[in-house]
Amino acid sequence: MRRINWFAWLWFTLGALYFVLPLWGTLIFSLQKRRGVLSLDAYSAALGDPRFVETFVFSNFMAICTILASLLLIVPTAYWVHMHLPRWRPVVEFVSLLPFVIPAIVLVFGFIKLYSKPIVLLGIPLFPSLTTSNLSTNLLLIAGYTVLSLPYMYRAVDNGLRAMDVATLTEAAQSLGAGWWTILWRVILPNLRTALLSGALLTFAIVVGELTIATFLARPAFGPYLALLGNHRAYEPAALAIVSFLLTWVAMGLIDRVTRGTRDVVAGSH
Amino acid sequence: MAATHTPPARRRLTWLGLAPFFLFALLFIFLPSASLFVDSFRSPEGHFTLEHLGGLLQPPIPGSYALSIGVSAFTAVVGGLLGSLMAYALTAGNLPRWLRPLTLTFAGVASNFAGVPLAFAFISTLGRTGFVTALFQDLLGIDLYDAGFNLYSFLGLSVTYLYFQFPLMLLVMVPAIEGLKRSWREAAESLGATPTQYWMRVGIPILLPSLLGTVLLLFGNAFGAYATAYALTGGRLNLITIQIGAQIRGDVLRNPNLGYAMALGMVAIMAVTLLGYSWLQRISERWLKDTR
Repeated sequence: MRRINWFAWLWFTLGALYFVLPLWGTLIFSLQKRRGVLSLDAYSAALGDPRFVETFVFSNFMAICTILASLLLIVPTAYWVHMHLPRWRPVVEFVSLLPFVIPAIVLVFGFIKLYSKPIVLLGIPLFPSLTTSNLSTNLLLIAGYTVLSLPYMYRAVDNGLRAMDVATLTEAAQSLGAGWWTILWRVILPNLRTALLSGALLTFAIVVGELTIATFLARPAFGPYLALLGNHRAYEPAALAIVSFLLTWVAMGLIDRVTRGTRDVVAGSH
Repeated sequence: MAATHTPPARRRLTWLGLAPFFLFALLFIFLPSASLFVDSFRSPEGHFTLEHLGGLLQPPIPGSYALSIGVSAFTAVVGGLLGSLMAYALTAGNLPRWLRPLTLTFAGVASNFAGVPLAFAFISTLGRTGFVTALFQDLLGIDLYDAGFNLYSFLGLSVTYLYFQFPLMLLVMVPAIEGLKRSWREAAESLGATPTQYWMRVGIPILLPSLLGTVLLLFGNAFGAYATAYALTGGRLNLITIQIGAQIRGDVLRNPNLGYAMALGMVAIMAVTLLGYSWLQRISERWLKDTR
């Protein structure tokens, strides 16, 4: 018979209560828009708001662009380090971890300082201010998000590459006459599927509700919309908090699914 | 390695493969931060000066650093303690086995559930009309707010931050505790140690570097946070991130260089924190290597 460990049960119960109470409270609160009865009114009001749809679509689009940019940047780099420049690994790894040292608020401060004026080098204008047009500001936003995703994405891809025999696969493909692009696209990428998917989903979870960079670049993103909604509505923000929690759950659940418990990529840690 | 088969002429060019990555890092990490740092040492006329760094000692800035450090340290230590205790409960506490994957998945979600939605969840829970506030009133007859609690204060913000701090600790500590070798425990038991003695003399000392390292990680995690605090208090709590935000908006201090100096100070604190983390991490790897 297993002995009951009261000490363990106590701490587990306290932890579980702390996990569940805010969610339960938010859920109950979000259902009380109509006086006296529980209803989904707050949800239909929140999800039916055209501003919600606009900003949510915008943020999802930005998330997809970020994931593509991040993959395009990191997969070839990590592959190259593995194959040709293993001595550079610590350097690349160090750079990929820098976003932990530079908080988002400092990053966006630097962006605004550097890129809101035309870039001039030795009297020659290199390129114009990036914050004047929507397109270039969006590109700046994607660059910022790509920086935020760097630690997670690099770690995921690097782990994926370590888990397979890159050199043998590459040599086999080369001996069959494949070029670099074919090797990357048809041999390495399919083997990295799991790593890429988990990196992408984590990036998605970080980007969709992001507030700091989007606010200061004045982008019509979901995070700033949500913060604004909190100022003048009571029940709708609670409803959207529940929706966000469910979305995060779906993203994390999918990561668990594709990596089948081998995951060690956790936001905030590395 | 394929590199050895590459002819020398091509080998000299292999570094080019890393050019896009470093160009990106230069444009979007190094240059933006460097431009802030350089200007925190530059006077409006373009001379070198330490005036702005000195400005960090003028109120209200030291208070902002102190508040940020206070909230981060408090949530890191409390989150670290609670996370470790729950990790202990899940790994060594004889709990039903099915609780573990469920709790860990939940912790994975919670540690990523930050920013504006998290602030809303706590307003709905512990705000003036929140669920738990009402629960205290109805069941115990205690008005939390009369008793001195306020969600928009140091304590309130800390309780909110703990929602992502505590699960992060849990996620790191569960594998760390599992990394403790069975033979260590058996050796201790065969020498007559009680479970408490085993934990105090063997388990905790071995876990300590990784525990402290993760606490530093949590500290950094809270120190850089802006969104949660902003959405929760609307800028009423003068955290250093909130101050920098106000500085970017351009509505206080009227001295942009002081803003750059504040950013520099933040990055310096973060850098020290993460150096400490990686140092402790290396120590803990000595013990926990090859055990998984």
